[in-house]
Amino acid sequence: MVERRSFLNVALPHIILMLGVVIVFFPVYLAFVASTWDPATIINGNMGVLPGPHLIENYNRILFSGTSSSTREPVINMMFNSLCMAVMIAVGKIIISIFSAYAIVYYRFPFRMAAFWIIFVTLMLPVEVRIYPTYKIVSDLGLLDTYPGLTIPLIASATGTLLFRQFFMTIPDELLEASKIDAAGPFRFFKDTVLPLSMTTIAALFVIQFIYGWNQYLWPLLITTKDSMATIVIGIKKMIVTQDALTEWQLAMATAVLALLPPVIVVISMQKLFVKGLVETEK
Amino acid sequence: MDKRTVFSGYAIPAALLLPQLLITVIFFYLPAGQAVWQSFQLEDAFGTSRQFVGFENYQILFSKPEYFKAMGVTLVFSSAVAFLSLSISLLLATMANKHIRGAGAYKTLLIWPYAVAPAVAGVLWLFMFQPSLGMVAQLLKRWGIDWNPLLNGNHALMLIILAATWKQISYNFLFFLAGLQSIPHSLIEAAAIDGARPVRRFWTVIFPLLSPTTFFLLVVNITYVFFDTFGIIDAVTGGGPAASTTTLVFKVYHDGKSGGDLGLSAAQSVILMVIVVALTAIQFRYIERKVNY
Repeated sequence: MVERRSFLNVALPHIILMLGVVIVFFPVYLAFVASTWDPATIINGNMGVLPGPHLIENYNRILFSGTSSSTREPVINMMFNSLCMAVMIAVGKIIISIFSAYAIVYYRFPFRMAAFWIIFVTLMLPVEVRIYPTYKIVSDLGLLDTYPGLTIPLIASATGTLLFRQFFMTIPDELLEASKIDAAGPFRFFKDTVLPLSMTTIAALFVIQFIYGWNQYLWPLLITTKDSMATIVIGIKKMIVTQDALTEWQLAMATAVLALLPPVIVVISMQKLFVKGLVETEK
Repeated sequence: MDKRTVFSGYAIPAALLLPQLLITVIFFYLPAGQAVWQSFQLEDAFGTSRQFVGFENYQILFSKPEYFKAMGVTLVFSSAVAFLSLSISLLLATMANKHIRGAGAYKTLLIWPYAVAPAVAGVLWLFMFQPSLGMVAQLLKRWGIDWNPLLNGNHALMLIILAATWKQISYNFLFFLAGLQSIPHSLIEAAAIDGARPVRRFWTVIFPLLSPTTFFLLVVNITYVFFDTFGIIDAVTGGGPAASTTTLVFKVYHDGKSGGDLGLSAAQSVILMVIVVALTAIQFRYIERKVNY
């Protein structure tokens, strides 16, 4: 501490940070409040900032029976779809990228660098720039409204491979030499040495990719047409009707709370892994 | 950067690489290549015949005022979000970096919006600013502001800027905090001994040393606004009113959905690809070299 501890030096940071926290929390808090009121109170603008008496009723209704007009799918099914999508993307990405990174780092073969660059360039092709051609390929393969169609096109990307490659480069060469002396083959070395050492990297990547998968929007919007395949993020959008008289705000806001809770819990409960994953995937 | 000892053989590495390469080629290169190919083609209304037309699609695209409007919207949107979210998070990170009680708790309380889906963030802000029932909208009305993002394009744009900024603060905060923590304390003390007050120290010592982080975040934020805010726009405004929140990415989606000209839509995709390539190239070229002095 360079400065004397004057009032300004001690109090100002707290005031600004608390203001920041309030701004960050307020929209979510208001959504929670809305999810505990009845539609009439919300539409008349009499909601206020304190929770109302309809919490259990609203959540019970939205989770197990859905809205009455727009999308009638129970939100619990949407959450299940989102969970499947997020876990499949995260696990799939970890598996294919740890394998490809292992091949690139621990083998010498023709076109090794070419393979690396082919993967690397995909960093520059986010799904948003190739929406319709990719959609057409998925539809030609008959994968619309299926989990594979929802997940496989998203599991190949350079981030995982680059992250594992970077980590493998830090594993000392002596470990491989020692394993070779012990007559361990590539599979033994992978299973007994590389995999245990990679556990934190895998966990960090899982946290980031779970959030990425859960929050996908454009892709499920295109690939899913049936309500039974909709993810929760898509479900919310369907509940917001432009003619706002028809929007059941208390249910839409309950869905918003349910949609943001799982990834937020993941971030807060695994903060260390989350920060590690975030910093390292951006290298 | 190669390993001294490796395994030998070709079959195993080929098998290990196959899944990723297969998916990459089918879902990345094929569609991207198709987009490039289509952008040079003219297809008739029934899709029965096509012909090579060179850069005609691009010429048509650049003669359309809507396309320039979308470019302008994208530019305003991304610079506003980048400026707002970077300055707010830098302020918060500077405060959290002081030796105060509960710094760790503040960090936890500030980083979680990263995990909120853009579309959900959009809906939260839409609810607050909904003209007839939103809490903030009612407040604005009481102050005599005729707030209506459903009719007023500027209001709609402001709304998505706020939602996008809100969501991006946590990410920038985290990286700024890490950047601030890596600045050696001795430098700040030296400046203090020379008589520099806190504000002067910030602008002459801390801010320049932070420039690699700031620059990195600037590029990441622009990429974020270009691509990841699609969910916010689609959920809050649907690109309207009167295309005043239609960004380049939203336009590709929207034009394609309404079954427009394939060649034109592909040309738009190709231009976006060029933009991503440029942004990624800048990121890799300069991040390594560090922008500080």
